[in-house]
This record gives sequence, C-alpha cells and structure tokens, in this order.
Amino acid sequence: MTVPASESGIHKRVVLAEADIDRALTRIAHEILEANKGSRDLVLLGIPRRGFPLAQRLAQKIAAVDPTVDPDLITGQLDVTMYRDDLRRHPTRSPLATQLPPSGIDDKVVVLVDDVLYSGRTIRAGLDALADLGRPRAVRLAVLVDRGHRELPIRADHVGKNLPTSSQERVRVHLAEIDLIGGSPVDEVVIEDRA
Amino acid sequence: MKHLLSTQDLSARSALRLLDTAEEMAAVGEREIKKLPALRGRTVVNLFFEDSTRTRISFEAAAKRLSADVINFAAKGSSVSKGESLKDTAQTLEAMSADAVVIRHPASGAPARLAASGWIDAAVVNAGDGTHEHPTQALLDAFTLRRHWARIAGTPSAGTTLAGMKVLIVGDVLHSRVARSNVWLLTTLGAEVLLAGPPTLLPVGVGSWPCRVFYNLDDALAERPDAVMMLRLQAERMNAAFFPSTREYSRRWGFDDGRLALLDTMGLDDTVIMHPGPMNRGLEISSAAADSPRSTVLAQVRNGVSVRMAALYLLLSGDPQDDDAADGRADQDDPPATTPEGRTP
Repeated sequence: MTVPASESGIHKRVVLAEADIDRALTRIAHEILEANKGSRDLVLLGIPRRGFPLAQRLAQKIAAVDPTVDPDLITGQLDVTMYRDDLRRHPTRSPLATQLPPSGIDDKVVVLVDDVLYSGRTIRAGLDALADLGRPRAVRLAVLVDRGHRELPIRADHVGKNLPTSSQERVRVHLAEIDLIGGSPVDEVVIEDRA
Repeated sequence: MKHLLSTQDLSARSALRLLDTAEEMAAVGEREIKKLPALRGRTVVNLFFEDSTRTRISFEAAAKRLSADVINFAAKGSSVSKGESLKDTAQTLEAMSADAVVIRHPASGAPARLAASGWIDAAVVNAGDGTHEHPTQALLDAFTLRRHWARIAGTPSAGTTLAGMKVLIVGDVLHSRVARSNVWLLTTLGAEVLLAGPPTLLPVGVGSWPCRVFYNLDDALAERPDAVMMLRLQAERMNAAFFPSTREYSRRWGFDDGRLALLDTMGLDDTVIMHPGPMNRGLEISSAAADSPRSTVLAQVRNGVSVRMAALYLLLSGDPQDDDAADGRADQDDPPATTPEGRTP
C-alpha cells in the first residue's frame, strides 16, 4: 500500500496496521510470560514517548492472561534523556518523567519496551539509567519494530516485526494514545522514503 | 538559550520549560543515586565577587549532580583583591576552558557585560548582580509557588502556570534584585504581583512596573494574597537614612506574630510565607513566622538545586551551533534527520 504524500516528495508506506500491531503485541505478551515462566516479578518499563503506551498495552494483555496481575502496578516509564550520548549533537532535549511502579525494580525482571530498535543507543542509555535506579534481577528488551543498523552489541528479546530498511528511510510509529492524524487517533507503523 | 541573565527577557515558554525540567530534576533529588551523567566533562565556574552561602552551594550541588566539574572562585583571596579586572579574570577562566560561568557581582549589568563582550565563549548565568536581577532565585520562587498552587488544586504542577495567583512582595524593594526578578517572572507566568514597602525603599519609576503598590502592609494583606514574600533588609546597602529605626521598620513592615495570627483569623489557610534568605529574624520576619508550617523557606532552598540543575542542563546540553533554534524545536514532532531510531526524543 503506497500513499504518496501530497505536499512533498516523501513516500509513505504502511507496514503495520492497527490489527497487525495488536497481534504483534499479543504475541509479545505471551512470549514475555513464557520466557519468565509466569508473571512473577515482572516490571514493564516504557521508554518515552511511545514505549510507554506500548508497555501499558502489553501489561493489559498480560493481565488478560493472568488475572492476578494489576496492569497499573507492573508498568512504569523510564526517561533516558540525561543518559544519551548525543546530547551535544542535537537541540536541547527536555527530560521527561521517570515513574517506577510502587514495588520498585530491585530484584525484578525488568522488560524495557520501546517502539523502534535502530542503533541501540537509546537502549544503552536506558541500561545506564536503570543502573542508577536499582538492581533488577534481569533486564530484557521488547520492541515493536526492529529495523536493523545496530551500532552497539544490543539485541531485542521480543520483536513485533523485523523490518529490513535502508538508513535513508525513516520508520514512524503512530499510537492512538499519542498521535492524532487529521484529528483522529491512529495506530500504524509507516516507512517514509525521501524519494 | 545561551545565557541566563535576567527574567525580564525570559519568555513564558522558556520559563515554563525551565520549571518543567526542574520538576524532573527534583525527582532525581529524591532517589538514592542523585546523579545524572548529562554534563560529564563540562566545567562550571562559580565566580563570586560578593558573599553568598546558599546560592553558591546550590549552584555547586546542581553542577555536581549533573556530573560537571566545579571550580569555585571567590573574589576574596584571589587576584581580584590585587586589582585584577573582570576582563582579565574572565579571560583566565576562558583559558581554563570553562563551559559555564555562574557570576555574582556587586555591579548591576556585570553578567550582561561578560556575556556580550566576547571575552569568553562560556554560557553566563547571573547569580545576582547589584540591584538588577537574580533570575535563578525568581525561578525557584516560581517553582515553589507553582508546586503550592498545584497542590491546592490537586493537579500535577508540570506544565501549569501561576494564573490566578496573588503574590505580595514586602520590604526593601529598592535594593532587592530578588524583587525585580520576581516581578517580571511571576507576571510573565500569569500571577498578579503586589508590592508593599516604605516609600523610601521603593524605586523611582515603580509605578511603571506591572504591579500594584501599597504603602501600608496591613492594607496589602487585606487583598488576601496567596503568598507573602518578605525581602531581606539589606543593611550592607543602607547608605542613607531610609527609615527612622529598625524597631519602627519591624513594627510597620515586619511579618510579626500578630500578622501571622491575622492570616488565620482572615481564613487564609493556604497562604504561604516566603523568604529568599538569609533572614534577619525579628526584623523583617518573626521567628514564629519563619518556623511556621506556612513558611516555605527550606522548600525554597531545596527547590533551588533543582531549578539550577535545569538552568545548567538547558544552557549546556544541546548543539552549541544551534542554540537559537534549540528552544522548543526538540519538542516538535519532527526530529532531525540523523536522530537514531527515527523518533522523537
């Protein structure tokens, strides 16, 4: 499905639609439970901005499988802004909130959740941020899209979709919680190509 | 934002960004490891030509929590007492490759001179200049007021302004850089500012400021302010007879036990008492008022570190070639083409 953008020369291709995202998250939720042998000690930390709604959705799906889980009590947000290695290369970034679940992260199994895995630098920053907050028993990584082009020895444990891309392309994730397009909430993953 | 010299030229957007960033910095101050690596390898010089306890310590703590290296420079015991000029001192700091200079100086305009002269490339932060401005003090006062205002409303403070708030500033406005910075900043953030003080301690031209002026403290309190900020009586700048005696000043302009009780009888349960410190207990503020639950004096000191962390972070991170566009662009939904992972920060 190719939709040429009207005003510029950017071509936009939808690679995951709403139903695809939902199916991918359902599978990841089951994978997380399987890898952890249940929901014990699980904490899902989303990396802002779009990792956080993804973590919330995963927690909902985990709670749907295991009714003993309260999704709000296992979800949190981890801001990595102050730990990035490229602070000097971009306009100043405003830090966002870090919110941990009330149980904390010590001796928990923390699953970092992000929308797109690319260079791996955000996750590196996330691991440093975690170390300042506590000492989890294990840290795993779940991403909606893995687009390759890693610059650090980091891999995801749970991947919604592997998306081979060229570094000229841009992968954009739109989530209904955050993104309004034309006034209505949208769930989709698109590849934009500057052709 | 390249320098932080005054609150008069600070836009509401920049002020809110500073306060919101300070909110996240305050969260860091509550965790076990109170350190962030954001300014690793950068050097912050505290250049103090005037005495200071809390401002210098606060800036030092802020810089250290952001992992910057701190050099403290006090004019006493330095070559300044041998007659070295501001320019030569500044160029010495430049040669030591300082990234930020936090300057306090008895002359109004010294930080602006330092920033505009081209003597140094470093970011300049005004930590109080003469009777001109003390922007980080006003920012920490605004931060304290905003948290108080949000707590009353039961909402989170991030992103909110001071709209609807009435703040009364009392005392020696003439010599007070804190009062000036607060008048501009609190007005920018939507608060209404009232000033009260003896006519001899109000500056010429105060009528053109965006605030109402009272020449009687009890009349001003009858306006039911949400916060009362008592200014320090600056004895070291009192070079003329501004009032007959300290006892009379304390009676007429001090926040004493009687006025503290008056707040209760007026039903102003949510009115707080602020003081930038250091306090002259028994003169402009009574001990009972300073130590009452209404007093935000210690909260102000605590918030000072968060606000100064935010200022140093926003001044020193980011692409130095891009500082004009930086203010706000990172918040937009369109990241630079080179952003890893093709998403917003």
